[in-house]
Amino acid sequence: MTDVTHGMAEPVRKSSLTAPDARTLSRNRAEKRFQYYGIAAIVAGAVFLVLLLTAILSNGIPAFKRATVNIDFTLTQAQFDEAESAMLKTRIYTDFFIADLSQQLAERGIDVDFDDKTIERILGKVGGTLRAHYRENLQDLDQPTRFQLAASSRVDRYLKGTFGRDDIGEGNRFIMPGDLDFADALRDAGILTQSFDWNFITGVDTGVDNAGGAGIGASVLGSFMMMIVVLVLSLPIGVAASIYLEEFAPKNRFTDLIEVNISNLAAVPSIVFGILGLAVFIQFMGLPQSAPLVGGLVLTLMTLPTIIISTRASLKAVPPSIREAALGIGASRMQAVFHHVLPLAMPGILTGTIIGLAQALGETAPLLLIGMVGFVARYPETFMQGFEGPNSAMPAQIYNWAARSDAVFTEKAWGGIIILLIFLLSMNILAILLRRRFERRW
Amino acid sequence: MPVYWLILIVLGLAAIGYVAGRGRAVASNGGDPRGLHSLPSFYGYNVALSVMTPAFGLLVLWLVLQPIVIDMSVSGQIPESAFTDGQNRSLVMSDVRRVAEGLDTLVAEGGRSPEEVDNMRNDFSSVRELLGQVGVVLGSSTQGFVLEAAQDYRAMARTGTFAMWVAVLLAAIVGFGISFAKTNKDFRARNTVEQGITILLIGAACIAILTTVGILFSLVFNTFEFFRLYNITDFFFGTVWNPSFSGRGGASELGILPLLWGTLYISLVALLVAVPIGLFAAIYLSEYATPKVRAIAKPMLEVLAGIPTIVYGLFALLTVGPFLVSVFGKDTVGWMSGGTAVITAGLVMGVMLIPFVSSLSDDIINAVPQSMRDGSYGLGATQSETIRQVVLPAALPGIVGAILLAASRAIGETMIVVLGAGAAAKLSLNPFEAMTTVTAKIVSQLTGDSDFASPEALVAFALGTTLFVITLGLNVFALYIVRKYREQYE
Repeated sequence: MTDVTHGMAEPVRKSSLTAPDARTLSRNRAEKRFQYYGIAAIVAGAVFLVLLLTAILSNGIPAFKRATVNIDFTLTQAQFDEAESAMLKTRIYTDFFIADLSQQLAERGIDVDFDDKTIERILGKVGGTLRAHYRENLQDLDQPTRFQLAASSRVDRYLKGTFGRDDIGEGNRFIMPGDLDFADALRDAGILTQSFDWNFITGVDTGVDNAGGAGIGASVLGSFMMMIVVLVLSLPIGVAASIYLEEFAPKNRFTDLIEVNISNLAAVPSIVFGILGLAVFIQFMGLPQSAPLVGGLVLTLMTLPTIIISTRASLKAVPPSIREAALGIGASRMQAVFHHVLPLAMPGILTGTIIGLAQALGETAPLLLIGMVGFVARYPETFMQGFEGPNSAMPAQIYNWAARSDAVFTEKAWGGIIILLIFLLSMNILAILLRRRFERRW
Repeated sequence: MPVYWLILIVLGLAAIGYVAGRGRAVASNGGDPRGLHSLPSFYGYNVALSVMTPAFGLLVLWLVLQPIVIDMSVSGQIPESAFTDGQNRSLVMSDVRRVAEGLDTLVAEGGRSPEEVDNMRNDFSSVRELLGQVGVVLGSSTQGFVLEAAQDYRAMARTGTFAMWVAVLLAAIVGFGISFAKTNKDFRARNTVEQGITILLIGAACIAILTTVGILFSLVFNTFEFFRLYNITDFFFGTVWNPSFSGRGGASELGILPLLWGTLYISLVALLVAVPIGLFAAIYLSEYATPKVRAIAKPMLEVLAGIPTIVYGLFALLTVGPFLVSVFGKDTVGWMSGGTAVITAGLVMGVMLIPFVSSLSDDIINAVPQSMRDGSYGLGATQSETIRQVVLPAALPGIVGAILLAASRAIGETMIVVLGAGAAAKLSLNPFEAMTTVTAKIVSQLTGDSDFASPEALVAFALGTTLFVITLGLNVFALYIVRKYREQYE
């Protein structure tokens, strides 16, 4: 309000006292404006959140659907014998399949041109699949059997609307415009449909030749193994450290040193923890590269400060009267802490631990450095192999897919994000529920 | 997995020790627990702790030290003549380790009997072929003495593991015996156990110090190694970042300035997005918003903080980047040629930092005493005038601290810049150009098969040290400001 005076006395006011003057009006306008800036900031935050979620959902949900050809196919015993005695066995199976398919299409009055090349481009090597099935299941001969055959990734994207006839370049040997006409015909006939892709959730990573078949399952397992390591190590160590600092530590230089270390570690960039893991666990101690065990160790060190800070807060929230009552009836300090304070602080500790785990689950950068981005195309064979063998983790797998150029993998990356966020969301909801259910106000 | 079995055996011994110790204590008073010095369970815990503590301590120590000791003694055997043709000791040693592992795999998967593999000492060419079958491919420069050393390596590792089993089990049994023998009704078991637990608690608290030591150790050690190979002034003042992966050393130009510039530029863009939005959001939430609005808006902003950075990275690469190209690309003004650019990464990182700025500032604004606002209202100021001229100046040091913390987060952020900022190291002012950062280059220099001896790999540690020093400095400075401010009103 330094700009109130002009050096002279204000002119005599001529208007009514109840009507605000120009200056008041402008001050009130400034007030409104300021308030709108605040609202705009909140709205901007909301818009970003909505944009982010829309991008994730609209790009990611198609990853859960996959185009499949569902067809009832009958192979007679005679046909089977004929195919098995031929030289090019799978070729004969393919021919039977094409004959059967044309007949089915003709019955429905659909007229479309296709040949074995079309079938191979759309469905891959059908003959091999059929042969493998009938050799295993001889009882299916002579009766209609329902086959679910995964369509190629380009047909898949065509049905999802992210791939059109214009995207087919000259001399594309993976798909031709005529194939899409055939796909249209199959779709109209109800043979080519989109169904939920369980393989995406349970499957393993694949190469470019079978991009549509890639799944996130193995890396979910890798993440899970890491979380086991993190939980087993960071919960006891974090709680023990917090108990010491909060309940027993004398006020001295050493305690200060620990405190400073913890607060600084909480702010160290995650990539530096990756460097630590690489240099100490892999280079120095010779632990295996790409192993969830090492990933878990690195994430444990990263999560510890979070857990220690939240555990100390919940220990602090337990009123001193509880400790004093326990000491008063003859408990030692250790007994007072372990029998009374710790159980009362447990809900808060668990909440903090779950939130710390959720943070660790989404962490990517340190995993890149310890080599958890490799191509992992199979599940570990034994439980211990799950810790020591090479594996990926959800965020690292997503990064890996995002870095590949094929659009199918991009879609998979978004789909992977949905799964990752579902895990994070459920962990956070669990933490909130725990807090609601068990938190005590003193 | 013999080590897991060892752990299980020691745990089993501890469980037996608990039962035995407890039983012996009660029996020493004729089956009546009331005459004991401590509660019976303390006698049990005492035995269990005496079994586990020395055994596990020894196990961890052994697991850490054994590879180092074996490495040193095996590399001592390698003749000096081996290091002539551009090879150095660590490269040869990594070959030795790979051959040793490959030989073990031959036993485990290749269907060879242990004796057969142990006797592969002289005929190196056939071994090379066999190792190739189990996935260990050796370079042509690998010489026969490597096989010799690898066999010694295996033999020592085997002896070491056997000795470890004996030593750990011995420690467990001795601990069991001593504590079990001491157990009687007058033994002050509770005091002993509580002392032991206190030591364990202190040990847990020291992990924080150990982690810092580990970080410093891994950074400093390798950084020195790097500066032995590469000129320190060229690193800190070089304006060209151009690592070569073909030749070893000499050909690469590894100047940090372009990377630092990219890092700071992207962080600046991020802060330009995050600070106004975050600050205004915080002001609105703490000064204007009704409790209902606050209850919805605050968690909503915090959701942004809970989303993993890989999600933001993907968002930058696949959504924001293409969108910005469609706005600024060659179809319109032609400023932007590719989706990955400073502005892409900066914008997305800014969104990520909004909740960081807003919740810290919110706390700080709330900490300004109500009496100051009331004083200002009493003088006739409007609410916005009060905020601008009274509340914000009072909260300024705290807000500066919050912004510094956000800046340190931005500088250390990895995934967004790896995916969104591009890979070209440039000194340029154009925000629509692709640039790269310190963190992104740490990832690219250390990912993939690299040995740690070349300056191209070691430079990542020097970059890491720089990053660590910058972020740590910012954090310490920010905390100092915040702490100093807090004392004013308490």
